Amino acid sequence: MEADSVALLLARIQFAFTVSFHFIFPSFSIGLASFLAVLEWRWLSTGQQRYLDLFKYWLKIFAIAFAMGVVSGIVMSYQFGTNWSVFSDKAGPVIGPLMAYEVLTAFFLEAGFLGVMLFGMNRVGKRLHFFATLMVAIGTFISAFWILSVNSWMQTPTGHVLGANGQFLPGPSWAAIIFNPSFPYRLVHTVLAAYLTTAFVVGAVGAWHLLKDRANEQARTMFSMAMWMAALVTPIQVIAGDQHGLNTYEHQPVKIMAMEGHYDSHSEGAPLYLFGWPNDREQRLDYAIGIPKLGSLLLEHDPNAPMAGLDTIPDDQQPPAAIIFWSFRIMVGIGTLMLVIGMWSLVARWRRKLFDWTALHMAALVMGPSGFVAVIAGWVTTEVGRQPYTVYGLLTTAESASPLAAPAVAASLTAFVLVYFTVFGIGTWYILKLMGKPPHFGESGAAEAEQAPIRSAGITPGPAQAEGVS
Amino acid sequence: MNIDLTTIWAFIIAFAVFMYVVMDGFDLGIGILFPSFKPGHERSQAMNAIAPVWDGNETWLVLGGGGLMAAFPLAYAIILPATYPLIIAMLLGLVFRGVAFEYRWRDPSHERFWDFAFFAGSLVAALSQGMILGALLQGVAVEGRAYAGGWLDWLSPYSLLTGAGVVVGYALLGSCYLAMKLTGEAEDHAYRLAVWAALATLFLMGAVSLVTPFLESQYWDRWFTMPSLLFVAQVPLLTAIAFFALLRSIRKRRRYRPFLIALALFALGMAGLGISMWPYVVPDSITIWDAAAPERSQTFMLAGVALIMPLILAYTGWSYWVFRGKVGTEGYH
Repeated sequence: MEADSVALLLARIQFAFTVSFHFIFPSFSIGLASFLAVLEWRWLSTGQQRYLDLFKYWLKIFAIAFAMGVVSGIVMSYQFGTNWSVFSDKAGPVIGPLMAYEVLTAFFLEAGFLGVMLFGMNRVGKRLHFFATLMVAIGTFISAFWILSVNSWMQTPTGHVLGANGQFLPGPSWAAIIFNPSFPYRLVHTVLAAYLTTAFVVGAVGAWHLLKDRANEQARTMFSMAMWMAALVTPIQVIAGDQHGLNTYEHQPVKIMAMEGHYDSHSEGAPLYLFGWPNDREQRLDYAIGIPKLGSLLLEHDPNAPMAGLDTIPDDQQPPAAIIFWSFRIMVGIGTLMLVIGMWSLVARWRRKLFDWTALHMAALVMGPSGFVAVIAGWVTTEVGRQPYTVYGLLTTAESASPLAAPAVAASLTAFVLVYFTVFGIGTWYILKLMGKPPHFGESGAAEAEQAPIRSAGITPGPAQAEGVS
Repeated sequence: MNIDLTTIWAFIIAFAVFMYVVMDGFDLGIGILFPSFKPGHERSQAMNAIAPVWDGNETWLVLGGGGLMAAFPLAYAIILPATYPLIIAMLLGLVFRGVAFEYRWRDPSHERFWDFAFFAGSLVAALSQGMILGALLQGVAVEGRAYAGGWLDWLSPYSLLTGAGVVVGYALLGSCYLAMKLTGEAEDHAYRLAVWAALATLFLMGAVSLVTPFLESQYWDRWFTMPSLLFVAQVPLLTAIAFFALLRSIRKRRRYRPFLIALALFALGMAGLGISMWPYVVPDSITIWDAAAPERSQTFMLAGVALIMPLILAYTGWSYWVFRGKVGTEGYH
């Protein structure tokens, strides 16, 4: 048993590590693909060069991010089988078809049109090229649709029946499985998060170049577009997040108890804890600072409504509350800062200082990576919060794992850590180098298309050229 | 054998695996042969030949894996843990291979390093895939609904043999593909490589075919009992003819024929595999019907495949059409 529990722990660390690393890329490329489609559409409809320059500028970055997303994504699709084989056997009949639909409707679409999007501008013409860009953007969204449906089913399973052999089998309606109770909320919240993540990255790159040269027209354009996203989408995301929270309260109340630090039940209205130091061992929130009754008011719409705490849940059915308490606060804190930036940008726009307000540019620059942190913190909240289950309330994580020896998992985990930090670290460095170069007129494309259509980049590579310029 | 949903799904998965093997097969083969091309321009040409399509080719691997989980979850749950280190090695190999496409252009000062990563990643992925095949054919220990062996059971002389077989087979596909796409000295080089790869494939395919019937009595019975012998004997016969035609077409420097014949060889290999294994998905323990997902899952996905697969094949074909022709040094419009 001892060796088994080590193997289980290693498998959990490996999944958490590989999925966290993986999700960084789609959370960026979902938004970036849409941004690219908007840029190309603006270019086609206005004929303004700056949109084409920006399109090509971000296409180079997209190509690297997308490649990293693809190779880390294939790892995920096999890891269900390698490390969570019992889960795969039991849940395969329900979630397998959804993942197969993801491959059929999203992955092929993205991959099939990516080649044309990256290298085909001179071969297929503007309209068809725009169509390819649209297909890639739509593909990223369809992919999010299916995989979030799978994840949501694991959080709030509905529409299945239990088979005699222990498998989850599809019930009479696939719609009941796909559109399970938490899915619409999780989909909206995650896709908006991806848009915001991208907006803040684009905003930071725009801010960086504005700090160096306020007259750079492309930098102005991208900064303005990003700040519109921040100002308009962040408030919507706040509402979406609140609704997602209420949905979680209805279907996974234990997760909310952990997020809110409610170790104890409150018979006459629960406070909203702003701060505190969660102490899982003693099952209490130390140094708590809270607003009385506000927790009940927000979740139950009644300041005096009684709320149960973790003390009503058996120990072996509780998630590790401290992690969730913190990760939730990190996410909400970053969301609040994003809202501040968005509003600030509106003020700046109104006072016609959007491109001249250095403090705003500095703040936007600092906020560049914030979306990634918020997205990972959000996923930690929801995934750790549904422990100890993989299929909520029905199949525990411990029961889901493959019968693997600990040394095998230790070796693979080590390999993943080494390879991911090296390979994706280098990729991130290349992206940062591209972002560090100012966008300019006559920007080169992903394939370095100025002399020859396809990647003659091998002979006259894009970066080298740009270096020659700068 | 009656044609039921499960049988249809077995053929769909086999189709996905075949598409992956031949399409990413030539990508990986080009990676395996990469160091034999001159650094710089020749290698850029070789990589350009597949840069716009490799991602789509690799997607078939996700369909094969995802489809297996969806249609035959029990098989997925047994085979992957049984070949754990090989799967991980394959995935990590594909990581290096995949990012090398982008990184190589982005960082000219480390071009040689990413050339090596492209080669090594391709080689490791191909070798792992071949060894997974061997590990499956030699049989895996099953108890109840789970893999019951150790984590190094897959390692054997036979799995090393099948691993080597897949490596040279991919090299054959890669060299024939490059013969279609390259020009000048690089093209000559690709034709020369194709001869060597064809001979090596002939040798290893023959060796695997000779050894395999001795692994399981079922394999032996399938190949060496009358009257099935009369039918199955067509496979090695056609394979022999195909090899002869392949070597001839390479010598005559036909443009498309070597690659098409190499595809046919892989199809024959796949047919031989099917003859040996049918109807088992894990030899000697789990049949496709044991492993099958319930009918409702299979029907739901079949609708998707029937509707969407023609579209996928159409736009994949279109993408190849857009990037048709030789990867030239100039005038490539």
